[in-house]
Amino acid sequence: MYTACVFLPLLAAIIAGLFGRVIGDRGAQVVTSGALAISFLLSLVIFYEVAIQGEPRDILLFTWVTSGALDFAWALRFDTLTAVMVFVVTIISGVVHVYSIGYMAHDPHIPRFMAYLSLFTFSMLMLVTADNFAQLYFGWEGVGLCSYLLIGFWYTRPAANAAAIKAFLVNRVGDFGLALGIFAIFMVFGSLDYQIVFDAAAGVDGQTIAFLGMEIDVITLICLLLFVGAMGKSAQLGLHTWLPDAMEGPTPVSALIHAATMVTAGVFLVARCSPLFELSESALIVVTVVGASTAIFAATVGLVQNDIKRVIAYSTCSQLGYMFFACGVSAYSAAIFHLMTHAFFKALLFLGAGSVIHAMSDEQDMRKMGGIWRMIPVTYVLMWIGSLSLAGIPPFAGFFSKDIVLEAAYAAQSAAGGYAFWLGAAAALMTAFYSWRLLFMTFHGAPRADERVMAHVHESPKMIILPLFVLAAGAVAAGWLGSDMVDPSNDFWGASIVVLGDNVLEAAHHVPLWVKLTPLVLGVIGIAMAVWMYILNPALPARLAGASRGLYLFLLNKWYFDELYDRIFVNPAKRLGLGLWKSGDGDVIDGVGPDGIAAAVINLSRRASRLQTGYIYHYAFAMLVGVALLVTWYMFTGAV
Amino acid sequence: MEITLAHYLVLAAILFTLGVFGIFLNRKNVIIILMSIELMLLAVNINLVAFSSFLNDMVGQIFAMFVLTVAAAEVSIGLAILVVYSRNRGTIEVEDINLMKG
Amino acid sequence: MIISALCFYLFATIAVAAGVMVISARNPVHSVLFLILAFLNSAGLFVLLGAEFLAMILIIVYVGAVAVLFMFVVMMLDINFTELREGFLQYLPIGGLIGLILLVELVFVVGTWQLTPESVQLAASPMPAPAETSNAEALGNLLYTKYFYLFQGAGVILLIAMVGAIVLTLRRREGVKKQVIARQVARTRAESVEIKKVTPGSGV
Repeated sequence: MYTACVFLPLLAAIIAGLFGRVIGDRGAQVVTSGALAISFLLSLVIFYEVAIQGEPRDILLFTWVTSGALDFAWALRFDTLTAVMVFVVTIISGVVHVYSIGYMAHDPHIPRFMAYLSLFTFSMLMLVTADNFAQLYFGWEGVGLCSYLLIGFWYTRPAANAAAIKAFLVNRVGDFGLALGIFAIFMVFGSLDYQIVFDAAAGVDGQTIAFLGMEIDVITLICLLLFVGAMGKSAQLGLHTWLPDAMEGPTPVSALIHAATMVTAGVFLVARCSPLFELSESALIVVTVVGASTAIFAATVGLVQNDIKRVIAYSTCSQLGYMFFACGVSAYSAAIFHLMTHAFFKALLFLGAGSVIHAMSDEQDMRKMGGIWRMIPVTYVLMWIGSLSLAGIPPFAGFFSKDIVLEAAYAAQSAAGGYAFWLGAAAALMTAFYSWRLLFMTFHGAPRADERVMAHVHESPKMIILPLFVLAAGAVAAGWLGSDMVDPSNDFWGASIVVLGDNVLEAAHHVPLWVKLTPLVLGVIGIAMAVWMYILNPALPARLAGASRGLYLFLLNKWYFDELYDRIFVNPAKRLGLGLWKSGDGDVIDGVGPDGIAAAVINLSRRASRLQTGYIYHYAFAMLVGVALLVTWYMFTGAV
Repeated sequence: MEITLAHYLVLAAILFTLGVFGIFLNRKNVIIILMSIELMLLAVNINLVAFSSFLNDMVGQIFAMFVLTVAAAEVSIGLAILVVYSRNRGTIEVEDINLMKG
Repeated sequence: MIISALCFYLFATIAVAAGVMVISARNPVHSVLFLILAFLNSAGLFVLLGAEFLAMILIIVYVGAVAVLFMFVVMMLDINFTELREGFLQYLPIGGLIGLILLVELVFVVGTWQLTPESVQLAASPMPAPAETSNAEALGNLLYTKYFYLFQGAGVILLIAMVGAIVLTLRRREGVKKQVIARQVARTRAESVEIKKVTPGSGV
């Protein structure tokens, strides 16, 4: 049953992918969605058995590699952390599958899409149920691959292709760091098994390794390398450039991969390796700082974006920053809690945005929307629910998780924690502001679209709306239902998360009142500002943008990260590639090899044919030359 | 001055080289080539007879006789070919013999 | 002794000069004549070496037959007195160089070569003293006994050369009547004579 939960999506992917033409569109949709539904139900059972009843288990499937000291197998490990992640992945994936049935109904390649979605789900499940780092890496690469396939799903569009390649390449940088981290783990611990590594971690604490002439604490090095991988997958500052462009993919893809599951793989990795991270102060500080910086960076950029999906994408990036700095202050359970609630309301926001785009005849620019709340009321309400949850307004889910994250940051009482708290609070303000900016620009005010589009605005069909209700239910209820997760007094997490030293969650529940109220207050202020700027004074945003043109452009162009990377990495790489291709491969290798040899053969044979003049005395002369050479040779080598 | 074997051999070498020159330096006609071959054969004969004389061995002269015979046969065939060729081509210019041009 | 040295140098010089003229004379008839001169001087050298039979054979066969044959062909074919083509000079450097190398090498080899004293005893067929047997007799003693098969082989070669020369150059000319004796002899009465009854007074 545990195995079935993980492998049913794979089976569905194979059936839909290889036999899509045989079973048809409908068949592919039914098979994949059905498989996901069953997986979800199984995940509930798993959650009950493993998390609530507290019985983790390991299931060995096959041996993978036994080569000397290197020994790892295909095995599934189910503990509380896994159970929570499996639950989140299967429910969001199931909802997205059902949504895609309606949303992609007019697409000519439905079986391929459904197969990719299921394949992605399988990879993500393998990632979270891995028993060793090699299997984790397998799942990691699998989700990267599926992300590439799904972003570039409409492969005839050059923008989609470019975005898919960008996502894959930026992820690759992170994957390289992760791979190095795994190698370091093997080098230090001699095994890739989680259990063995975590058990031996304390014993290795304090060892150093020589690297580039310096002595580095080996646990810190491992954690930093693993974090680089997490940065790539979860689009943290520096390796974030792929996330906004990934919006080229269909909306269900954005919801599944870039809101709820793949991007959270990084957070999962850090939480899973908590025994390692806890032993390294420096690594935790780095995690906190990067997470907090990402949170504020993404929030500032999201303030001025005009594409509805890009706003939500930057919001995701920002919330991931929250999760990371929660991990950084050792509040791993808070991070996973926020991960769960975020999955619900972010997926809800994305799918709702998809519904809006569908209603506006595939228009994604918010400057061309407006005044449609009466026409698509259900979507409108659902977007409100998602936004309220995102902004952290009680009693919605986001309130519980965001609050505990910020409280933990404050309670850590460290410089990094304080940095994270204040930046996180500022980001909360901006989050509320841009969420309501999105709502107002999209649904309120005078209609800015033309009449043809406005006439066509209609509520999405049931197939699209119904899954959203499931997500809305989660966005509402997941908070107070799951607040037990972050109660430090119970043993919910068991051995799956390790915290050394004082339990920061304990302190988090006892922070001063102003700290507990700060996120709520800032959220309300943000909403008020959005009301003022977009409902009461609609001309104000344009005037502000005009007055501070430089700042506005800086934010609109994402702090010019793409341009910077272009200049430093992309263009030199392109030039190097072009040079190697044209000169290296073309001139040198082809010149020396095939082309060169062919030309040389032609040349030589042309010259050789000139020897055949037909004149006898030429031939006689040649013979004479031969005789002369022969005699010379005999004379000088002394052979007779 | 004592005439040694070396004198005769040098003379034969010079005649041989002249014959060789004649083959590829001439631009006039093919008969010169045949005559150059005869010069070369003459040089060889001088060589053989000189050795025979200085080594007191009759075999050299026997060999020279056979060379003579073969040279005569070869000249007759060579000239016959030349005659037939000139009948067909109408010329025996050396530079016009290029039918085998590759 | 001095006479023989003088004779040698005389004959040698004229032979070399004649050789040079053979290849560089403009008129091909002159070339043939110079070739004859070279042969004659070589015959003289042979006499100096004590091979008088071979010298006479040289004159009879080479001069009397081969050179005359050359003369026949030169005169028979319509050969133009062509100027020395410019190409001569173009090839002179490299051709001359190669020839020169060959000559120098040959001279090196032969000039520094010495006969070992024992080699005299290695003679396969020692030369008898000229007082007892003449050169011709000595040659004959050797040729018809030890080298008999080679002698017959040489004869076959000459036969083949003769046949080959005739085969190559024989041509049948059209329109020339020739007798075919065999056909004449094989004619029967039936083919040649026909009896016709003719009545007196009318024609055939």
